[in-house]
Amino acid sequence: MESQIKQRILIGVFIFIAFIYVIRLLMLQIFDDSYIRYAQNNVLQEQTIYPARGLLMDRTNDLLVYNDNIYDLFVTPEQVKNLDTNSFCDVIGITKDEFIARFERIKRQKGYAIYRPSIFEKQLTIKTYAKFQEMLFDFQGFYVDVRTDRKYKYSNAAHIMGYIGEVTEKMIENSDGYYRLGDFIGISGVERTYEKELGGIKGVRYVLVDSKSRSQGRYKSGEFDTAAVAGKKINLTIDQKLQEFGETLMKNKIGSVVAIEPNTGEILSMISSPTYDPNLFVGRERGNHYMELLQDPTKPLFNRPIAAPYPPGSIFKVIMSLIGQQEKVLFPTTAYGCGGGFNYGGLHVGCHPHGSPLPLQSAIMVSCNAYFCHVYRTVVNNPKYRKVEDAYNKLYEHLASFGMGRKLGVDLYSEGTGFVPKATYYDKIYGRNRWQALTTISLGIGQGELGITPLQMANATALIANRGYFITPHIVKKIEGKKNPNPEYNIKHWCTVDTSYFPVVINGMEDVVNHGTAYIAKIPGIAICGKTGTAQNPHGKDHSIFFAFAPKDNPKIAIAVVVENAGFGATWAAPIASLMIEEYLTKKHNTRPALVERMINGNLIRKSIINDSATIKTSKN
Amino acid sequence: MTQQQLKPARIDWLTIMLYIVFVIGGLLCIYASVYKETNPYIYDMNMNYGKQLLWIVISAFIAMLILLVDEKLFYAFAYGFYGLTIILLLATFVIGTEIKGSSSWIRVGSFQIQPAEFAKFGVALALAKYLSGYNIDFKNWKVKAISFLIILLPMAIILLQNETGSALVFASFAIVLYREGLPGWLLVIGVLLIVLTIVALLLKPLYIIISLIVIASAFLFLVRRTQLLIFLTFGIVLFSSAYVSSIDYIFENVMQAHQRTRINVLLGKEVDLKGAGYNVQQSLIAIGSGGAFGKGYLEGTQNKFRFVPEQSTDFIFCTIGEEFGFLGSFIFITLYIVLLWRLTIMAERQRSKFNRIYGYSLVAILFFHFLINIGMTLGLMPVIGIPLPFISYGGSALLSFTILLFIFIRLDANRVNELKNFE
Repeated sequence: MESQIKQRILIGVFIFIAFIYVIRLLMLQIFDDSYIRYAQNNVLQEQTIYPARGLLMDRTNDLLVYNDNIYDLFVTPEQVKNLDTNSFCDVIGITKDEFIARFERIKRQKGYAIYRPSIFEKQLTIKTYAKFQEMLFDFQGFYVDVRTDRKYKYSNAAHIMGYIGEVTEKMIENSDGYYRLGDFIGISGVERTYEKELGGIKGVRYVLVDSKSRSQGRYKSGEFDTAAVAGKKINLTIDQKLQEFGETLMKNKIGSVVAIEPNTGEILSMISSPTYDPNLFVGRERGNHYMELLQDPTKPLFNRPIAAPYPPGSIFKVIMSLIGQQEKVLFPTTAYGCGGGFNYGGLHVGCHPHGSPLPLQSAIMVSCNAYFCHVYRTVVNNPKYRKVEDAYNKLYEHLASFGMGRKLGVDLYSEGTGFVPKATYYDKIYGRNRWQALTTISLGIGQGELGITPLQMANATALIANRGYFITPHIVKKIEGKKNPNPEYNIKHWCTVDTSYFPVVINGMEDVVNHGTAYIAKIPGIAICGKTGTAQNPHGKDHSIFFAFAPKDNPKIAIAVVVENAGFGATWAAPIASLMIEEYLTKKHNTRPALVERMINGNLIRKSIINDSATIKTSKN
Repeated sequence: MTQQQLKPARIDWLTIMLYIVFVIGGLLCIYASVYKETNPYIYDMNMNYGKQLLWIVISAFIAMLILLVDEKLFYAFAYGFYGLTIILLLATFVIGTEIKGSSSWIRVGSFQIQPAEFAKFGVALALAKYLSGYNIDFKNWKVKAISFLIILLPMAIILLQNETGSALVFASFAIVLYREGLPGWLLVIGVLLIVLTIVALLLKPLYIIISLIVIASAFLFLVRRTQLLIFLTFGIVLFSSAYVSSIDYIFENVMQAHQRTRINVLLGKEVDLKGAGYNVQQSLIAIGSGGAFGKGYLEGTQNKFRFVPEQSTDFIFCTIGEEFGFLGSFIFITLYIVLLWRLTIMAERQRSKFNRIYGYSLVAILFFHFLINIGMTLGLMPVIGIPLPFISYGGSALLSFTILLFIFIRLDANRVNELKNFE
């Protein structure tokens, strides 16, 4: 009897335990699906397939940027066995202490795990890579991952193409997790603006791994894998030959050149001088080179053509001629006398000697200061408007329609607005209604507060060449597989000056080159219309400025050149523009060897800039 | 004197069927748990499953041999077997091979034998023979003492070999002793002590003592108080408090840091996914990811890719859980309980005390392995390295469980001819 009870108790215990285990299994297997996820995390390794970055070519399909393999060395600490540290350090080219320090650093990194690969050495040289591959078997736990980096065929157009670099934490956050630590992204130039097109789409490969992270084959035969989509090929609007020639001419000068095809708005060349070799931003010295360039007193990293505002000087007279006519205060026949300058109510603006009085076309040709002071005066003190302020605002509106004082919308990062003072700006200085044309007269000859970027100058030239409209300047001509990549670059932006007012001004500009201030720019057989500018500035010697388009009829190129602290517009800017126009239109640049020679050899970087910074550097020590 | 007619042996085929199902199922699980496409042949001697197949053949041969011999042999040589296993256990100290920090293995050719596995049926036989002896009454304290000694001797040697898991298995003989007359309350007290130990490790002793006093006061308040009851309650509270405090003291001051960690992880006080808790966590992941119907045979990833440690031996149940899901696990547990139930019924129907005690020993050992092994993979029991009988990879274990089981089948087959000896 007792034994029967004991038997039942025992069987009861067995069943009770079995029951508990079944309940536990129910909880684990049926009611909790987190274990399925854990299991996937265990075995599924997501491998990123990096797409090749899109190639960059110029407008003639000349390849500018391509990709080159780089070799990163990774280590999986857990798998490192029997390492001959000496021969390893030999191959990589580090000391033993460095080797130990490297491991310590890896251990402190976020997300470090003994079984997970960590980067040990970035961007091995091809030589090191080859040596390493030979000895791979001796270096268990180490492996080399191949990525691609940019390679530049020419050392030109650095500012246009920009450069790529590793993503920052912030970019990763903003990308919704698309970018991962260590990924490359466009930091400036076209690389940045067209990151989406150039970057391509990363692919994913799901691989099954065992507990030691060894690959065990594809997950579900690659059903969930996605292929990487290579970045798109992009044709830039620039002409590599023109760019290269222009950069040669601009050597040892601080300044900018912007050349635009007027009827399309395509930027044929854009030079920021001094420039740098884009290949400096490739490879493991990238960071050091960057710091060097950053500390260079001539600011080679500063993209002058789109960001630096200059007083336009006399080239502004051309703009004022157009606006004056539109405002009906200036006519081709209007003539003002000039007795060595502008004298009005005690105010004097000097001028160089020339015939007087002159009509509009001739005034442009000789760049008469007095004449354009009068133009400015009549525009701003126009009795048509109740107040000076209203007339000035009208002028501002006209200038804005020429693309001045605002961003044009070029497809490059870090475009500046330049500066055109608003009426309120003068209100602040002189008080409301306490100023008029004579107070701000220097504006009439492109001096004073005015700041125009070389891009804006070139754009205004293109507008004149087009007799009244511009197309937003842009740098990308074609994107592979995309028809009409940027529809906003097809739109004609008409300015507020009627087409009928242009011919007299253009004739004046033609005279400037043919027998005026820019005679040096004349090329037989090509009708060039231009205007020199010599802009006073508080930083030293005048800036040498020139803008021009050619040929006169059906223009193919509009160009603006600024050479900082170089003196007269005719001395440096006009010859450079002329040579570049010739190169572009005739593909010849050896017809005037002496001029080319003089331009190339002209070293105009003020010694004081370098001296200044040298004293700053030493005083810091 | 009447000439007794010998009846033909009647083998319990249900048990043998279950045995075959478990062994074949076990082989398939071992195959799945270490499956590699490069070594797909189940008879590949380089792989665990190839070796296991050989051990199955050997076990089957020994099983048949056991069914053919005279069952009296086991009774006659019970002490002999016991003595032999003790000698083998001691021999490991001299000629043992150290594997995974345990010196409990003897190498024979390319195979290793673990005498600890065989000690179980040595004890089962010796205990059965001793307790079924003439004029033996379990109520006698001397009998009790000798019984304990039979069990504790091999247990002690195995503990010295650093095989805590295998040693703990001998605790299962408490079930046999319970059936043979050990009072139930002793077992209950034993279980209660274990519970109290766990609580002591989980909570601060002060809280437990306060709770105990509160419960005791409430109890005394509710029942009719007699002097005896008050003293008894007082005594229990006093003892428990002292016990809890000493457990706490041992834990804090005597145990090593790694032992404390292991216990903390086990109790869920600490999560250490790369250290002691890793095995259990991976085991839970493997089983949990199986879902209702499993990933399918050979489709599991957690075992195959070695996330689960010891996936073909101690954690073999993970393969069942992962590849066959809840359904497979449920069927397995059910079949195991059917086997235990069947064996209990068989043990109870023996006329001979020797047979019955031996039968209960078998039941107790199988149950204990089931309790600890499955409980361990489910994170309910401490990680004690003992195999799942008939399923886990391991020749010694398979052979020893086969011998254990088939001796009993042999004894049972002839039970009708047994005298109800010495009763």
